[in-house]
Amino acid sequence: MAPALALIGLFLIFPALWTVYLGMTDYRLTGLAAADPTVVGLENYTSILGDPGFWRSLRLTLVFVLASGVLGQTLLGFSIAWALRRLSGPVKSVVETLVLAAWVVPSSVGAFLWLALLDRRAGTLNALLGTEGTAWLIEHPMAGIVVFNIWVGTAFSMLLFSSALNGVPPSQMESARMAGATAWQQLRDVVLPNIRAHILTNTLLITLWTFNTFTPYLLTAGGPNDESAILPVYIYRTAIPGGQLGMGAAISLIMLLINLVIALASMRVGRERRRRS
Amino acid sequence: MSAPAPRSTVRHYVSRVAFVVVVVLVAAFFALPLTWLVTAPFDASPTLTVEWPQWTLANFRSLAENPYALRSIGNSLVLGLGTIAVVVTLGALAAYALSRVRIPGRDGLLYALLLLSSVVTGTAAMVPLFQLMVQVGLINTQTGVVLAMSGGLLPTVVFILKDFMDSIPKSYEESARLYGARPGQILRHVVVPIARPGLAFVSVWVLVQVWGNFLLPFILLRSPESQPAAVIMYTFYTESGQADLSLISAFSLVFSVPVIAIYFLVNRRYGFRFHGGIKS
Repeated sequence: MAPALALIGLFLIFPALWTVYLGMTDYRLTGLAAADPTVVGLENYTSILGDPGFWRSLRLTLVFVLASGVLGQTLLGFSIAWALRRLSGPVKSVVETLVLAAWVVPSSVGAFLWLALLDRRAGTLNALLGTEGTAWLIEHPMAGIVVFNIWVGTAFSMLLFSSALNGVPPSQMESARMAGATAWQQLRDVVLPNIRAHILTNTLLITLWTFNTFTPYLLTAGGPNDESAILPVYIYRTAIPGGQLGMGAAISLIMLLINLVIALASMRVGRERRRRS
Repeated sequence: MSAPAPRSTVRHYVSRVAFVVVVVLVAAFFALPLTWLVTAPFDASPTLTVEWPQWTLANFRSLAENPYALRSIGNSLVLGLGTIAVVVTLGALAAYALSRVRIPGRDGLLYALLLLSSVVTGTAAMVPLFQLMVQVGLINTQTGVVLAMSGGLLPTVVFILKDFMDSIPKSYEESARLYGARPGQILRHVVVPIARPGLAFVSVWVLVQVWGNFLLPFILLRSPESQPAAVIMYTFYTESGQADLSLISAFSLVFSVPVIAIYFLVNRRYGFRFHGGIKS
């Protein structure tokens, strides 16, 4: 047990604490401040909070998480699970396999597949839509990474909701149908109350993962002009190519705190569900 | 009574058609990008457009001749197997200890670790991890990447394995002890064989996580000789002036097939169990 704890301590707990310290220094990758960093206290934080670039990145992240995670993946995943729930045979397995394959393909391959699809000159999308010469990722970078992330991540919600829908008591559905409820009413009055806990769990996990995904970098590298620089990309560009490790660490700490809030919420939901069942 | 009937059949018919159209559109949305992965590798002159290929296997031959491509797949294997070795060994020992020893606050500890691993993700911790590796001289080494990944994956692995260990009856170990087996022998000859399905499951899960991981090797490994396929793939399409599509297409397929195969095999055998974990 001790070696495992040591490794966890070194590569999980230490980085978290180290972030706090690093965030208060002017640590740089190269130059004078690399050899002899000095503690600058909260200076990094005041300059971050005064930097419009940071606020823009935070706003983009919020849009990205809401649009691709909370709305896109959850709604599409639920709809697929709902549409397929009574189907069986080839249609169901083809759709499920496609959705899963998009999830399983390594992220750098998935990103290239989308670069090929959206390519300005030879992309299949332009050929299909007859929109010759449209550079989708330059004209609509945020929409690009949102759609891409929906494509990648919907599988999880689909799987979670299809198992949740299996757990809805058939007798309740039956009596709703007997009482003449429409599909929409059945959904609202029978299904949703039954899977409320799943929806909450799903939303929190998806939020956490979408917030932490670095994959959009492979598609747009944050560009053009930082228009798709979500927080992970912003941290990377500040700290590693930009060399401002101290500044990067300070933004990381903000990110860690947001993660902590989401994770605590999801654990609390999980525990309550276990207590009830 | 005759009027509503036709209207409802019409409505029924329309809604069936709408349903089919939507299902087809959704399937197309997911299939469209994937099609290129299936056609281009077998095309004699692949372009970015999806088209019916002029069948050939020449692209795979040029892949086999590219030194970077092959080595990077080897590197992915090294990282994957290395991480499996570290995580499964340490995870099994820790899970066994946690499952057998009564210490106060054990469940709390487990939950705290799990919480930590979902908070301190590779993305949020890239700066301190990078700096740590520079300080201890593990930057640009595969050991560094293996250790960093192991640290991130261990809490989940311990959590999963503890469940498996809990299901092993204590009486097996007690009777082994009666025959004079030492703790190491009990672990090797009693616990490990019973926990084997759990260990296999965890190994597969770790391999899938490491195989596709981009960020950690991207920031921790600088020389192309040691970079895994996930990073080399990115280099292929960003750094070369004119992207070599026959190489990229064959490479994407060879790089993706192992995880897709593993995934669907495991999914068929155990049902869907890959909940949670790091997907960055």
